[in-house]
Parts: sequence; structure tokens; C-alpha cells
Amino acid sequence: MQIDWLSFTPIPSLLGGIILGIAAALYVLFHGRILGISGIISGLLRPKSGDRAWRMALILGLLTAPLLAALFFEIRPIVEVEADWLAVVIAGLLVGFGTQYGSGCTSGHGICGLSRLSPRSLVATVSFMTAGFLIVFVLRHVIGG
Amino acid sequence: MKRHFGLLSQYLIGVLFGMGLIISGMSNPQKILGFLDLAGTWDPSLIFVMAGAVIVGLGGFYVVSKRTEAFFGDALHIPQRRDISKPLIIGSLIFGAGWGMAGFCPGPAIVALGAGHLKALVFVLAMLAGMALCDRFFGAYKHAV
Repeated sequence: MQIDWLSFTPIPSLLGGIILGIAAALYVLFHGRILGISGIISGLLRPKSGDRAWRMALILGLLTAPLLAALFFEIRPIVEVEADWLAVVIAGLLVGFGTQYGSGCTSGHGICGLSRLSPRSLVATVSFMTAGFLIVFVLRHVIGG
Repeated sequence: MKRHFGLLSQYLIGVLFGMGLIISGMSNPQKILGFLDLAGTWDPSLIFVMAGAVIVGLGGFYVVSKRTEAFFGDALHIPQRRDISKPLIIGSLIFGAGWGMAGFCPGPAIVALGAGHLKALVFVLAMLAGMALCDRFFGAYKHAV
């Protein structure tokens, strides 16, 4: 294994991670809910009464974060997508279906689930990471190699 | 919590979470793929993100575990399931496969969409379709996390 020292960003990543943890902690302390993005989004598919507005508010916050980061901190997110359009569509379908079927994603199972020591979330996190490692290995080193 | 204060809080926590994703580098699919590519030059940044988030999250969820309601009186919606079910594992594996194909998971995809990236828009639309498919054939998101 070779470390990519040029891309490795331990300090910003740790700092950003702490911010994610603060957001997840505030969310459960103020709203009593898991800050799981896939669940908050998919809840809009069958909104219960009084359920739509807060989900939209949270998603609007995510959507406007890049603009506010640029305005107040002059930080612009780098977004590089290597995958072609077809791969993006298939990836989107898999992520949507999988997070719904497996009841969570990197935020709900990964950050929140591990933080509350949930055995289900630990299994989910190990599962999606393993699948991610395998797919990238196949795409980059078996097919693309 | 008063409705308007609640919605504002939801929005601001969304902004905070989005900023955490941007600062940590996780809004960039290339950085995710750099982590998932163990056989290439490996970028361990994601471990630092998770470590920072979970260290803070542990504190937040510990405080909540001692309470019967959220700080401003909202009910707690913390998942109680502990069984390791097949859908949990299969869904998470499918999610991980999609995650590894494009480098997007739900939160970062919404942030990248907010930053104006067209592939993020296509990904999010496909993700919604995937969620709707699962909802159609396997029922609603019954157990958040």
C-alpha cells in the first residue's frame, strides 16, 4: 500500500469531521433525530403531515452551504467526478435503492450510528465500506488496469 | 420547539453539515475514491473525518441517552432495533457499490448539487428514483437507521 501524500489532508479532514460531529450532536439534542441524510430525503417520498417543511429546511441548508462557504469563508468546494454519465446514473440508482433498503448511509449509519454504538450501524458501515473497496478495486485495477 | 425556530435550526444545521463536508474534502468524489482505492495510491483522509465526527458524536449521543426528550421538548426518534437483518446488509452492500462507482453518497451529492455540478444533479435524480423503486417494492423507510 502506498499513501497518497499529495492528496492526504489530515488537518482539514479532522476539522471538517469535528464540524460534522457537532452538527450531528446538535441535531439529536435539538430535534431528537438521527442526522441521516438518506432518510431525511427519502422521508419526502411519503411525507406525513407536518413532516415536509423540516426535511426541506435541512436539505436547503445542505444546498446553500457551498454558496455560504464561498461568501463568508472564501472556500469553494472542489467537485471532481471521474465517472461518466451512465456510471453516474447507475451509481445514483444503487445509492438510492441501497440506502433505503439498508436504512441509512454514511451519515446515519456511519457518523451517527457509530457515535451511538449501534451494532446495526457498525455492520452497515463495514458492509458499505467493503463493497466500496471491492468496486473501486474492480473498476480501477481489474477492468481499468 | 417553536415551529419557526425549529425550521431555522434545521436549516442552520444543514448549512453546518454541508460546510463540514466541504472543509473535510468529502464533497469531492475523487477524494472518496482516493480512500476506497486501497490498491492504488491511498488517501486516508476519510478516516480522520470519521474520527473527528465520531469523537464529538459520542458526546452528543451520550447526553441524549440520559434524556427522555430533546432540549426544547421535541420527542426522541432514536432507532431501537438491534437485530442484524438481511436487508441491512444487502442494502448497505448495494449502497457501497454505488458509492464506489461515482464517489457520491447522499449528503455530499446534495452539497455538490448546490455548488452547481450537473453530474451531481443527475446523480441525485437517479438516487431519488432508486429510493422510490425500493419504496415501491419493499415498502416505506420503516426504520430510520
